[in-house]
Amino acid sequence: MSERKPKVVGFCCEKHGIDSAILAARSGRQYDASVRIIKVPCTGRVDGIHILQALEDGADSVFVLGCLEKNCHYDTGSIEGRKRVEYVKSTLADLGIEKERVEMFNASSTMAWKFPEIVSKMVDVARRLGPIGKAGGDR
Amino acid sequence: MKTGSNLEKVFESGKFAVTAEIGPPQSANPEPLTHHAKMLKGYADAFNLTDNQTAVVRLSSIASAVIIMREGIEPVIQMTCRDRNRIALQSDLLGASALGIRNVLCLTGDHQIFGNEKASKSVFDFDSVSEISVFDKLRREGKQAGGQEIKDPPKVYLGCAENPFATPYEFRATRLAKKVAAGADFVQTQAIFDMDMFEKWMDEVRARGLDKKVHILAGVLPMKTAGAARYMKNKVPGMIVPNQIIDRMKNAKDSKEEGIKLCVEQIETLKAMKGVHGVHIMAVMWEEMVPRIVEEAGLLPRPSIE
Amino acid sequence: MIVAKRKPMAEIAEMVAPYKTVKVIGCRSCVAICLAGGEKEVKMLVSALRLKAKKEGRKQEFEGLVVERQCEKEWVEEVEGKILDSDLVLSMACSLGAQTIGDMYPKKIVFPALNTGIFGVPEEQGVWSEKCVGCGNCIIHTTGGICPIARCAKSMLNGPCGGSSNGKCEVNLEVDCAWYAIHERLKLQNRLDLIEQVSPPKDWSTSHSGGRRVYVRDDAKLTQHQKKGKEAVR
Repeated sequence: MSERKPKVVGFCCEKHGIDSAILAARSGRQYDASVRIIKVPCTGRVDGIHILQALEDGADSVFVLGCLEKNCHYDTGSIEGRKRVEYVKSTLADLGIEKERVEMFNASSTMAWKFPEIVSKMVDVARRLGPIGKAGGDR
Repeated sequence: MKTGSNLEKVFESGKFAVTAEIGPPQSANPEPLTHHAKMLKGYADAFNLTDNQTAVVRLSSIASAVIIMREGIEPVIQMTCRDRNRIALQSDLLGASALGIRNVLCLTGDHQIFGNEKASKSVFDFDSVSEISVFDKLRREGKQAGGQEIKDPPKVYLGCAENPFATPYEFRATRLAKKVAAGADFVQTQAIFDMDMFEKWMDEVRARGLDKKVHILAGVLPMKTAGAARYMKNKVPGMIVPNQIIDRMKNAKDSKEEGIKLCVEQIETLKAMKGVHGVHIMAVMWEEMVPRIVEEAGLLPRPSIE
Repeated sequence: MIVAKRKPMAEIAEMVAPYKTVKVIGCRSCVAICLAGGEKEVKMLVSALRLKAKKEGRKQEFEGLVVERQCEKEWVEEVEGKILDSDLVLSMACSLGAQTIGDMYPKKIVFPALNTGIFGVPEEQGVWSEKCVGCGNCIIHTTGGICPIARCAKSMLNGPCGGSSNGKCEVNLEVDCAWYAIHERLKLQNRLDLIEQVSPPKDWSTSHSGGRRVYVRDDAKLTQHQKKGKEAVR
């Protein structure tokens, strides 16, 4: 039986978030292919329910990547995103689920090194913690 | 022995206990209390001082208790949850104990809608069950409801009330069980008129072994008129008065005499009932009849236990 | 919902008598549903007050307005001009609406036309009953879904008092005894064990006894930066 692949979902804003991923790829940096990127107009659009749904559908870890807070394309979008992520983290902690499964990150489109770093961190988390619950994960 | 109160001693001796009620006056005059204390001395083991009964403002229960103690008789104070939050309840318990009061009856209390201060704000921080459990912890462990530990905890014998005639009937023995679990040492029941129904309740009480864990005082209330009986049947919630009792009062030549006779008969029945450890006589506004009732029921002399 | 009822007409008429320009402002939320302060009630009150002024020969101007939710500033702002124009705002919302207007325009005099009563539900057409007192720590999962704090006159937590008579409350024989109802419900669900144990004293600090309550949801709160941005847009 082959080793189970970690499942990581990343909600990336279509401005700096996605651009930093593209720049990373263009500059030939490698990152784990098990990450599934979901493009969102702005991390301010990511709601707690999107993150929870991803976990419920089998993601081992979820990250949200938005613009730098002082340079957000929509001014306060990535601040909004961080608040949502913090809310989900506290919800998970209340339920006894590892809150480090969910993280918020910020990047600018020029930070080519950032995206591979984030992915590797979240893949580590996914590997270390595995799926949530015995029956869960492989839906 | 928890407190060595006379009431506790009588219960522990296994003798049939007698308590009676003294209603404090609606005034600052201690005279009626002294008068009743002198009149009733030696006719019961302890005397209940009601706590603003039916939410009518009266001389306070604790003050009344101290007044009758001066006449050498033992009080049972009543403490309702209607007017005091947990700060006041615990404080008054400490105060009562410091004054030498040893018997405390814990009650939720009649709602203020029945009294003469209908506009008052109700408290009901506790109900009677939580009151008992907090008082029990305070006396046993010296620990307040909020966790504060105190030196010299109160020395009190804790009582409660139970009404076998209120709905839901099937919960009434359970409710007594809760009060016993909370720490009650004795219970006095609502006035009994329907003896069959009381027996049924006692069956359940005995089946749960509660009569071994708590001293049961059966409540009796002598009536003066058939009108009073009808009033209690129709107007007092949680009171059941069978029609034959109303008829008996109505057909009697002298209804007052009949009321006393009926009360004495009830006590005779209760004396023979397994698990009943005494009677509580509620001769409301008719305290002068208590000596006669106690005597005719063959409950004299009251035991003197050292 | 929040259930209110109109103050007696005479009391309202007396309150508004000294004021010339009176704006009667209703609300389309709870008080409209409970027929106390919606559009219809505003129109009725305005008409009645005009008649009273006419009868007594007073020169008063009454205008009726209704906002969507008077407890929210954004909706109140829609009638800001009218409020600033008035000598008196007579709020036909619950006290929350009246206080919102008062807090927004502290120079303006705001009077309540309603008595705000209860968190209640419609039992039948025209009848609303109290089911919650907002104690801040819900326990109805332990009491068969029936709140003894709100529905028992003594807020008892350990079963019915001795005044429960034929399943009715001693305080008002028209009203069901909450604990009788709880007992019946739990019996139906085979869960009577829930009320057989002693329930400890309630911690009332989550209720109004703990002082005025403010609930905060951090993830919804605006940061300083966001607040500035919002101001700039306005």
